[in-house]
Amino acid sequence: MDWVNAVVQGVLLGGVYALFATGLSLSFGVMRLVNLAHGQLALVAAFATVSLTQATGWNPLVALVVVVPAMAALGYLLQRGIFNPTLKADPLTSILVTFGLAVVIENVLLERYSADSQGLYAGSIETASIRLTDQLAIGWFRLIGLLTAVAVLGGLSLFLTRTRLGRALRAVSDDWRTAGLMGIDTRRVNGIAMAIALATVAVAGVFLGIQTTFDPSEGNVLLLSAFEAVIIGGLGSVWGTLAGGIVLGVAQTVGAQIEPGWSLLFGHLVFLAVLVARPTGLFPKAVAA
Amino acid sequence: MSGLLEVQGIDARYGNFQALFDVSLSVDAGETVAIIGANGAGKSTLLGAIAGDVAVSAGTIRFDGADLAGVPSHQRVGRGIALVPEGRRLFPSLTVEENLLVGAFRRRPGPWTRERVYQLFPHLVPLASRAAATLSGGEQQAVAIGRALMANPRLALLDEVSLGLAPLVIRQLYGALPEIRAAGTSVLLVEQDIGQALRVADRVSCLLEGRVSLAGAPKGLDREQITAAYFGPHGLEGAEAVG
Repeated sequence: MDWVNAVVQGVLLGGVYALFATGLSLSFGVMRLVNLAHGQLALVAAFATVSLTQATGWNPLVALVVVVPAMAALGYLLQRGIFNPTLKADPLTSILVTFGLAVVIENVLLERYSADSQGLYAGSIETASIRLTDQLAIGWFRLIGLLTAVAVLGGLSLFLTRTRLGRALRAVSDDWRTAGLMGIDTRRVNGIAMAIALATVAVAGVFLGIQTTFDPSEGNVLLLSAFEAVIIGGLGSVWGTLAGGIVLGVAQTVGAQIEPGWSLLFGHLVFLAVLVARPTGLFPKAVAA
Repeated sequence: MSGLLEVQGIDARYGNFQALFDVSLSVDAGETVAIIGANGAGKSTLLGAIAGDVAVSAGTIRFDGADLAGVPSHQRVGRGIALVPEGRRLFPSLTVEENLLVGAFRRRPGPWTRERVYQLFPHLVPLASRAAATLSGGEQQAVAIGRALMANPRLALLDEVSLGLAPLVIRQLYGALPEIRAAGTSVLLVEQDIGQALRVADRVSCLLEGRVSLAGAPKGLDREQITAAYFGPHGLEGAEAVG
């Protein structure tokens, strides 16, 4: 029963990993931009929520209503102001710029919030659970996290396949130059893609902040798990990202079940195993671009 | 007479290599103009310059009276210039239908709709939900033409539509041309096949090593003139020596 429990908790944990991975996957898929500041940007959302909840007394889940649009706006401005000009140079330029941004954000957060751990408190929902059997219970909060991930990814999938703008995003992903020749303003579309990416990472950051404590130095650990979920799931596949997050989550909880200190290690090992056995991920994009 | 498209004395270069020298050309409303020339003569570069894909270092391109300098390619589509690029360049992971819809991204009003494109190329109907990457070359070319028409262009730029395709397929694609013209669209096409170009065009311009070597209506041009303009005054040998 302990093992069943570990797997169930892993699946639930995977939802938040998938949310982290979505934005990374989107910015790489559309802009070919490897955003090394992704983890730090999640922390920006989490810390902004700390300030907002302190100032207003709101539940952090309510604060999402403000934080998500604000992060989307930040994403649009970052893309148009900083990232777009670097994209036409070689790929290294944009990676270095995002790395620099990561360093800047981390230090600004340290300056403003200090190195102390912070947490977000969502009230009784954090500890409420559904008891399935004597040994198996599902936490409401984790379940909401997973359902949110499914809803966000489902919405994104519908957006990408059913809307004019979503198709434009995919066209830019396939071939940005031709997309421009077909009338698509690629710089604007890139901005929209980054806005969506940071909106999803804002949700992920706030959920993570409720789940556990965080401090300004944790960005790169978050980035690493997001990367692992993306690679496991396969680049460019929305549902693959969810699968990647869940595989990573299950690997960590099963690892912790074997030996409590092995949680992160097991996640990395599964990631490496997938990379060796299926470098394209479990659910690669159907057609090679 | 003021044309729909007026190209005046343009130069274009890729780094140190100059691809176009003082090229002028015009297309009037409703007209079909062909650009012929050997490989590397600058034909695709010229279309690229008009579409906004290639930077122009001298001269002007005017469309409907307005200078296109500094107008990015996506805005040129909005003004009514649509390109069928060399090598099709469909969006491989998008379906046929989605490729057509991306062509209509600017939502320019006009006669062309999905239904009309499917009428023009009925063989695309059963392929609508297939990924573009899985189509044959001829089918891809039909989609590429349809995608450009979905932009409801006033001027369609067709780059090497027949390249690498079987004669039957080429006939099928060129069979669409009268209907495109009937819809009021002007056409500027690049063609390596001189015979094909002379059959469909109202006027022909020949490019030789980045310069206009001959221009006129097909009826007024004889074969020797065209051969000289195509291969250069020294014939095949001379062209190779220079190239």
